[in-house]
Amino acid sequence: MADKDRVFVLKHNELQRLFDVLVDWGYTLVGPKLGNGAIVLGELRQVSDLPQGWSEVQDAGTYRLKRRNDQALFGFNNGPHSFKKYLFPPKSKLWQGEKNNEGRIRVIEAPDTASPFAFIGVRPCDLEAIQVQDRVFMEHKYPDPLYSQRRAKALVIVINCSQAAKTCFCTSMNTGPRARAGYDLALTEILDGEQHYFTVEVGSERGEAIWAEVPYGHANEKQIESSLACSRKAQQEMGRKIDISDIKELLYNNYDNTRWDELEKRCLTCGNCTMACPTCFCSKVEDVTDLTGEHAERWREWDSCFTMDFSYIHGGNVRSSARSRYRHWLVHKLATWLDQFGTSGCVGCGRCITWCPVGIDLTEEIQLLRQGEHKEDIDHG
Amino acid sequence: MKTHSELTSPMVPLPYRLCEISEEIPSCMTLRVEPESEEFFQPWMPGQFFMIYVFGHGEVPVSTSGNPEKQGQLTFTVMSVGSVTQAICRLTPGDSIGLRGPFGSVWPLDKLEGRDIIVMAGGLGLAPLRPVLYHLLSHGDAYGDIRLLYGTRQPDKIVFSDEVLQWHQDKTIDVEVTVDNAGRDWTGKVGVITDLLKDISLNTSNTSVLICGPEVMMRFSAYALLDLGVAASNIFVSMERNMKCAVKTCGRCQYGPYFICHDGPVFSFDRVRHLFKVREL
Amino acid sequence: MVSIKSIHNLIAENAFFEKMSSTHLETLAGCGKLAHFKEGEFLVREGDCANAFYLIRSGKVAIECHVPASGEVSIARIGAGDITGYSWLFPPYRNNFDSRALTDVSAVVLDGRCLRGKTEQDHELGYQLMKRFAQVMLDRLQATRRQMLDVYTYDGTPDENSF
Repeated sequence: MADKDRVFVLKHNELQRLFDVLVDWGYTLVGPKLGNGAIVLGELRQVSDLPQGWSEVQDAGTYRLKRRNDQALFGFNNGPHSFKKYLFPPKSKLWQGEKNNEGRIRVIEAPDTASPFAFIGVRPCDLEAIQVQDRVFMEHKYPDPLYSQRRAKALVIVINCSQAAKTCFCTSMNTGPRARAGYDLALTEILDGEQHYFTVEVGSERGEAIWAEVPYGHANEKQIESSLACSRKAQQEMGRKIDISDIKELLYNNYDNTRWDELEKRCLTCGNCTMACPTCFCSKVEDVTDLTGEHAERWREWDSCFTMDFSYIHGGNVRSSARSRYRHWLVHKLATWLDQFGTSGCVGCGRCITWCPVGIDLTEEIQLLRQGEHKEDIDHG
Repeated sequence: MKTHSELTSPMVPLPYRLCEISEEIPSCMTLRVEPESEEFFQPWMPGQFFMIYVFGHGEVPVSTSGNPEKQGQLTFTVMSVGSVTQAICRLTPGDSIGLRGPFGSVWPLDKLEGRDIIVMAGGLGLAPLRPVLYHLLSHGDAYGDIRLLYGTRQPDKIVFSDEVLQWHQDKTIDVEVTVDNAGRDWTGKVGVITDLLKDISLNTSNTSVLICGPEVMMRFSAYALLDLGVAASNIFVSMERNMKCAVKTCGRCQYGPYFICHDGPVFSFDRVRHLFKVREL
Repeated sequence: MVSIKSIHNLIAENAFFEKMSSTHLETLAGCGKLAHFKEGEFLVREGDCANAFYLIRSGKVAIECHVPASGEVSIARIGAGDITGYSWLFPPYRNNFDSRALTDVSAVVLDGRCLRGKTEQDHELGYQLMKRFAQVMLDRLQATRRQMLDVYTYDGTPDENSF
């Protein structure tokens, strides 16, 4: 937590003032709202757009909305969407090309027309996921221009968790339930009898400047303690655990573990996990042309390593079996990502467990892989 | 004059004009292209690849197959196997294509000075290695013995056959060619490429081997070389996987922890030896 | 009711070891034990040390090579009375291909390392084994060469010059 004299308080009915300031500053607000039977991410304008009084019941392969018996504005964990859909949009135009009468080609990059985003209600695990994707898209030889631009302009307002879902395991991944740094503002919602307020921590200069325009007071000892108690409650309720202490060695040494064969019987290769996962970044490139053949466009779209032709070369697929595709996803998420980007690809949000139609739970799978480790002494040439 | 990256972002192709296109073997063409504008000029090194874009069709990754001493033009050898490569093979001189690149790691020619070199190519794998052979021929004094071992299906499938014959006749490179099967007019060897290793005497500690071809061929060749005592760090392979972006972002070319577009395509065998054993990786 | 035959009898009744002396069969039996594989399991894997070979009693086994993007390519199939391989006889004693059970398989596994030692001392045993293995190798080599001819090039598409 920030220094105690840097923790502020905002009454719940003053949250609208924060929204208004953000709109004045030119941000498009995005955050949680009800939609399609779930809590999804969408554009917000009023505090009343938030799913006030709603919660969720989540477990492997299960998601249901549930009414709360209070009026919490953020009394849930996460739905199928993550903020990657704004920084790394599902479809984006990379460029358009023209071919003139002499057959000469000219290609022009497509500029990004979106206004800056203010992300409202970013869970600590989702903040971590954004930082994981920052490394994927920005920290290398060819930084992605669209991601870089949107990220530089995006405002991140975290909401720390006061509860955990059965599928959450952020404590095992050391990504929550309380955000430590990397946000512009971090809110924690407290409902205490008649009182309903947020503690607010400022994490950046930009956050400081915005916060200066919102009416606030300093949080007292009791309010700070209530805020910390929310995090402790979430920690205690944490639904699942995973032991990642030796995860790289475990997965690198178990490409032939029989557990993958068991998984093959269940995994439908539907790709839900990759869509819901806040760090999955695989994409495909589509080249399209109009009927005249003189105008072409290149689009980037989300893709999934579970699709058959993801690994297509030379008339066949390298990863033909469901077994190899699931193995690729899990080994990438928890192990090779470490070598590639210096962090884990997993933030413990639990979405892949909730949204898998057959309820495959990677926390359980890691345990079973460990138990089924190939102990036979095989001489390798 | 600017390079591609000084002019535009790496996802945007720059226009090139096709100067020449000729058939190597049926369905396989070699193209020579040059920039359409004098505004840009793109140097490259042996082992690297470009993404070739055919307007309205799509893009494919192709390694350069030309002479690194002649940097003004870019040469590629393409086999027609799908809709984009078919479109490339049907281009005529004067046509426009787009190029992005170059991408990827290079054959480590600077680390090979003073050493004996074996270039081992299978089928179309000779194309990404031809720039190496040109380089070795131009700088022969800097290297020890140079050998080309080439294996392919049948005599009419030998790519760059005129050049291979020329090198054999000039004796500047020791050339050995073998085919899987052949008719009467073939007087050369018949058998697998690893058999060619049996006929040569190697100074194993001072030999480096560069291999390119189908993955199975690279696998068996590397194992045969290890059996002969060549260290895995002195064996180099060129890997291939599905590729769309070539800039380490679409995720498709992953091979274990490596992105082939960025950490490869050229790898020393000690880095990938353990991955070669894993099925469907 | 399952009758448990001795390893000696299992080896003796297998056509591969026909006409071996009972002393030699005893030696072999001393290096052998029963093995069972479920459909899909590997008996032998490419790259592993070849310190064993299998005498198939029942079931079918495919000798395969993994070709990336093509999958597992069968280059030979063997069944009851066949032997999985001879890499255990010759340096570097390493398996060059996979052997995988196509059905449930029961086999006798023979310890190649143990046998290599025994044949160094008992040359008659060595000769008897070499004779049988050489025949297997010859048959497989000739079959492989015929496979290489790639005779099935005509795919049924009519061309102008044919009738």
